[in-house]
Amino acid sequence: MNDQHSDLRELYQEVIFDHNRNPRNFHAMPDASHVAKGHNPLCGDQLMVYAKVEDGIVQDVSFVGHGCAISTASASLMTEAVRGMPIAEVEALFNDMHAMLTEAQPEARDFGKLEVLSGVREFPARVKCATLAWHTLHNAITQARDTARTE
Amino acid sequence: MNAPVAMTKPLALLDRGGDFPILSRPIKGRRLVYLDNGATTQKPQSVIEAETAYYQQSNANIHRGVHWLSQHATDLYEQGRESVRRLLNAARREEIVFTRGTTEAINLVAFSWARANLKAGDEILITGMEHHSNIVPWQLVCAQTGAHLRVAPVTDSGELDMQAYRSLLGARTRLVGVAHVSNALGTINPVAEVTRLAHEAGALVLIDGAQAVAHKVVDVQALDCDFYVFSGHKLYGPTGIGALYARYAILKDMPPWQGGGDMIHTVSFEESTYADVPQRFEAGTPNIAGVVGMDAAIRYVQDVGLDAIAAHERSLLELATEELLSLGGLRIIGTAAQKAGIVSFVVDGIHPHDLGTILDTEGVAIRAGHHCAMPLMTRFGIPGTARASLALYNTEEDVAALAAALRKAQKLFGVGR
Repeated sequence: MNDQHSDLRELYQEVIFDHNRNPRNFHAMPDASHVAKGHNPLCGDQLMVYAKVEDGIVQDVSFVGHGCAISTASASLMTEAVRGMPIAEVEALFNDMHAMLTEAQPEARDFGKLEVLSGVREFPARVKCATLAWHTLHNAITQARDTARTE
Repeated sequence: MNAPVAMTKPLALLDRGGDFPILSRPIKGRRLVYLDNGATTQKPQSVIEAETAYYQQSNANIHRGVHWLSQHATDLYEQGRESVRRLLNAARREEIVFTRGTTEAINLVAFSWARANLKAGDEILITGMEHHSNIVPWQLVCAQTGAHLRVAPVTDSGELDMQAYRSLLGARTRLVGVAHVSNALGTINPVAEVTRLAHEAGALVLIDGAQAVAHKVVDVQALDCDFYVFSGHKLYGPTGIGALYARYAILKDMPPWQGGGDMIHTVSFEESTYADVPQRFEAGTPNIAGVVGMDAAIRYVQDVGLDAIAAHERSLLELATEELLSLGGLRIIGTAAQKAGIVSFVVDGIHPHDLGTILDTEGVAIRAGHHCAMPLMTRFGIPGTARASLALYNTEEDVAALAAALRKAQKLFGVGR
């Protein structure tokens, strides 16, 4: 019982609430070089991720859409984390984030602020909420034109 | 005039939780408060025992063996059909076809009756509150036949707009598809009136009874509908079994939609002839244990009494509605005058999925999302709702646990009062 509630506190940390209430980089980007749409058919969450890539570096990134606190905060934190990153590093981070959110004992890595999302691991039904934005960004920068799905 | 104040809160009328073994298993160390009955209901011990006993004592294939066990299994299977006939008050046993559930029953009508009878320009009329399973099969048939799908709108309170419905009915309307009870809102549709108007326009009527049969008395002869469909698992029975009721005069002329064993009369490589109804629509070895389990479930609800169940759930619905509204910062979606035991709601500042997770940690199981009714969510301008759906075993304590868990969620998110 107490475990449950401490897990809940792990999931809904203050940083998550903050990014849910005031998502960062929450706007469309008309001059984006890369755009992708993400959709979780199970819950109906939808978002668009925009990126401006120049010389292999993500110069700017933003998103719009609607979703739960976990999905909104994950998208918001992601935009802060990847701005200024070379594409190869974004891809590596995408893979590491996926492992951090889904594997019981992921490889040690300093995720910085993104660490707040690790509580999702204890809530398997919510993992897809946290990964949607990352899948969508991955699709955007790898130029996959299809709608990203978490399925 | 001397009504005591304590009487303002309705009392739960039934106390049948003890019949359901799963309700005594704790979830994450807490008492299970199961309020996701619209998705599926729990099973009473009698249903679990009936399925077990079938495999322990009666298992054989049906309609073919000369041996005793096969005849015995066939008898149980056909007894299940009679049980469904009684549940729906159908005129004849031959009007009951077993399917995997509501979805398959609708697909059967779509791919047998509709595909054979519709032509380009014909219209199928459904309502704006249908489950995806009463939308998508018709879209598939429309694409194949050139027929058009029309949709009667839903009012702000979540009722069928009857005036719009009347105006959409016309000479081209061949079939009306309507939910008896909306799974997402709880609205009880005036299906007898819907049917009468459809018949006046010369259209047949299919009623999706998935959310109705476990909660109220259904009489297909009184409703005068042409097709009625439901699932066993929402009726305290097993998954993977359900039924189609189809008026005999229509069913007897419908072509097969799946070919195989059990549905034929004779087979040669040149030509096959088909069995009479209902066997024509039951190709392959059916879910015999499922039929036996559903039979036990039907007996169970008839033993408890569908009128008693309806009254019990109505009193809990009133209590839940009152408790939820008293929380503040919460809006109920679906406020029809006639409702079954479903409360769909949105909480200011908390997404339904976050609510679902938080309530789960309190042992309260609800559904969060679009409830397979995405067009309806779009109509209300919301991505989804949280839904508490009641069953005969729910209690006032369950409603209180729901309200308390919602209060915790609001506190955690810093919203509400």
